[in-house]
Amino acid sequence: MSAGAVPIAPSAKRRRALPGTLVGAVIVLGASLALAFFPSLFAPYDPTAFDYNAIMQGPSWVHPFGTDNFGRNMLSRVIHAYRIDMQIAVFATTGPFVFGSIVGALVGYVGGWVEAVFGRVVDAVITFPFLVLVIAIVSVLGPGLRNMYIAVGVVDWVFYARLVSAEVRIQRRLDYADAARGMGYGHTRIIFRHLLPNAITPAVVYLMTDMALAILLGSSLGYLGLGAQPPAAEWGVLIADGKNFMTTAWWVSVFPGIAIVITGLGFSLAGDALADLLRVNR
Amino acid sequence: MPLLGFIFRRVLQTIPTIAFILVVTFILVRLLPGDPASAMLGDRAIDADVQRINAKLGLDQPIPVQFLYFTKAVFTGDLGNSIGLKLPVIELIAHRLPVTLMLTGMAALIALLVAVPLSFVAALNRGGAPDAIIRGTFQIGLSMPVFYVGLVLLTVFAAKLRWFPVGGYGQNFLDDLYHLFLPATTLALSLSAVLMRNLRAAIIGVVGADYVDFARAKGLRARVIMTRHVLRNALISTVTLFGLSIGTLLGGAVITETVFAIPGAGRLMIEAIYGRDYPVIQGLTIALALLVSFTFLLTDIVQAWLDPRVAR
Amino acid sequence: MTAPSPDRKTAGGGLKVRGLTTTFATPRGPAAVVDGINLDVAPGEIVGLVGESGSGKSITLRSIVRLVREPGKVSGQVEWQGRDLMAMSEADLRKVRGAEIAMIFQEPMTALNPVLPVRLQIEENLSAHSTLDRRARRQRALELMNIVGIPAAERRLDEYPHQFSGGMRQRVMIAIALASSPKLLLADEPTTALDVTIQDQILKLILDLRDRFGMSVVFVTHDLGVVAATCDRMAVMYAGRIVETGTVTRVFAEPHHPYTRGLLGSVPRIGAERSMLLSIEGTPPGLTDLPDGCAFHPRCSFATDRCRAERPPLESFAAGREVACFHHRTVAAMAEAA
Repeated sequence: MSAGAVPIAPSAKRRRALPGTLVGAVIVLGASLALAFFPSLFAPYDPTAFDYNAIMQGPSWVHPFGTDNFGRNMLSRVIHAYRIDMQIAVFATTGPFVFGSIVGALVGYVGGWVEAVFGRVVDAVITFPFLVLVIAIVSVLGPGLRNMYIAVGVVDWVFYARLVSAEVRIQRRLDYADAARGMGYGHTRIIFRHLLPNAITPAVVYLMTDMALAILLGSSLGYLGLGAQPPAAEWGVLIADGKNFMTTAWWVSVFPGIAIVITGLGFSLAGDALADLLRVNR
Repeated sequence: MPLLGFIFRRVLQTIPTIAFILVVTFILVRLLPGDPASAMLGDRAIDADVQRINAKLGLDQPIPVQFLYFTKAVFTGDLGNSIGLKLPVIELIAHRLPVTLMLTGMAALIALLVAVPLSFVAALNRGGAPDAIIRGTFQIGLSMPVFYVGLVLLTVFAAKLRWFPVGGYGQNFLDDLYHLFLPATTLALSLSAVLMRNLRAAIIGVVGADYVDFARAKGLRARVIMTRHVLRNALISTVTLFGLSIGTLLGGAVITETVFAIPGAGRLMIEAIYGRDYPVIQGLTIALALLVSFTFLLTDIVQAWLDPRVAR
Repeated sequence: MTAPSPDRKTAGGGLKVRGLTTTFATPRGPAAVVDGINLDVAPGEIVGLVGESGSGKSITLRSIVRLVREPGKVSGQVEWQGRDLMAMSEADLRKVRGAEIAMIFQEPMTALNPVLPVRLQIEENLSAHSTLDRRARRQRALELMNIVGIPAAERRLDEYPHQFSGGMRQRVMIAIALASSPKLLLADEPTTALDVTIQDQILKLILDLRDRFGMSVVFVTHDLGVVAATCDRMAVMYAGRIVETGTVTRVFAEPHHPYTRGLLGSVPRIGAERSMLLSIEGTPPGLTDLPDGCAFHPRCSFATDRCRAERPPLESFAAGREVACFHHRTVAAMAEAA
């Protein structure tokens, strides 16, 4: 049984499209990071400023994304939400990536029964619907972003460990690994200086996909009221704020959703571009 | 029959998985602040009740013994009582889970009906305009959160156009299908995107296989070649992926049921979380995990049936 | 372009290929993988198509029944029993494929569908080309398994390809090809993937089937020993073109093309141990940058300025013998002397 995120066979088309994916990824993610780090430079208004003279106004030159039921400028709110959502993308995935890669390298290097046991653990972990388990853990620990990171981390590292251990298992049979052993290097050095750098590619590519998934998860929990807490501007929270006005003021919910889609596409493009780049270099 | 042997071995493999599910859900409740009994009884617990529960769950015993009590309770169908609804959790699940099963089943069906033909169109026009359009559309679909898709569909097709009910569940089977169509479509979108991406790659791989050329050299009709030789082989990896996606689908059902106000297990889960109804949360987590592991078992068997090389 | 082998009657009954050309669009321009091939196969005749890998012999075979994949483009004329296969509709062609003209591939492991039982893979040919009912198809499948010599045929029909040995798999493929009693068998290196002893059995089987059913065979191979053991006539291919034709006896006795001569190299005479093609110095040219003149000249010790400037046409020089070389007399004389 193979698990979780299933690597898709790369198509020849994708390699030809390399410059396109790379340029797209750099533009989208570069813009997202700029908005996340310096939202005030780009946001035309204070995202929390009420304006009771401009309540629920549709998109216009003054308010390109309209205003919400407190007269807050939606463009500014969407821009300020980049900070939290990009933070979710990075914070929710970095820990699992680092921890999972280390565990995966060790498991793949030691092999034998350790690997067999790990395989059973993976099988078992993936039987929990990811979102259900995260929701259950958050419900025990209490709502909020910090607890969401913990809940994600408990499960997510397994996917990285699985990818890296499979790759290390291949790498350790190759000549250079034997050469390193022949030179009398210690296990630690062989694993982390020689095997892991060569085995990390699939995990790095998955990291991009995972960041997109983290934004989806983070906004879903925000929407359900279990993630970022209002009045913080987070896309899922913004969409939840506007959901009751969908028929009368669609813009309140629709624009944050578009931001999610564009950012998600940016990470997907980055994943494709990285897969191509790293494959060429091998 | 090698298939029977395979099924037997595969069923044995689920035993450690089930054990793991029990351990995790057992630990989950121990993570609660305070003692589990008061958590399980809610805020208004009185001491007598706490002691009664403690004795019943064996909470005065060492942890391993507690785990045995817990396991025994689960196997006898005793998942405790809901704090908010004052009903046995097993009854609540039995009442609500079929709705979720119907929703996810319908979503899976829609996803397959969409993904199979479109992946053929994309794969056979590889690099062309139809391929680019189909892949682009699904890439966007994959980047959309389920609740957002649901909200948009709900607004456009139910609230504005009034083609579908705004939410809830039906009175009879056909009415159920009518009520569940929009939510199931919502849920199907990302699954069909995942399946299509995999199936497209698989079809491209299979179409280039020697046995497809050989089938053409036999003078078979294109339709026979596509279904019997191409689709059947391409589906093998997709079946596994389909099984692996069930967890994601159930997670999506939790959100979809919330958006569309469907009285299923997912909605029950969210209600339980808002109400800090821990026995329900625990019971549902067990039930959904068992459901997923059963689906894995089923898809592995289907895969072994599709591919005789698996069950050797 | 050239006269077909006049010593064979090909009109009506057999296969007549004229100017068969298959091009692939590549980033560096179109590449003619098959370039103006002429080939005749009389009823009951076995013709060997010989050449190094990449010489276009397999594509030639596939081009005959238009089984070349996109972006390959096939043109020319393929006359089969008086009808032009190139001009036929896809539906009509389907009735020829598998029924009148059958094909077997090099690697039976990949040419058989791994997930379908052997029975179905035989019977689907019958479903496509006959009106036999279920029971008759089962009967015929069993009969075919017996014809190709698979023991315990009844039981093995329900097994899957991975349960067969390499030789047995090739027999299964031949059984499938024979299902509708074809008049022409196109065999694409059918023995290359097999052990030597199994190779012999399969070759004997093909010869035997030719005798019993009067089939014609086009036999693509790079193994001259196989040609010597099975074929009546042969055509040698280099860089997408035929460079020499003739009866196997004559070509082996007196090769007129330097390439043929190189191929024969250490292969002594008919009937002796088979040996793989001797590699000739240098490598075959890439099809997008064929040299001017004769494609073989960079590897040829006979090459002159004329060979570098002008392409030698395939011309008949004796009854049933053709060669595409300006210096073929010299080559033949050298071979004689050697």
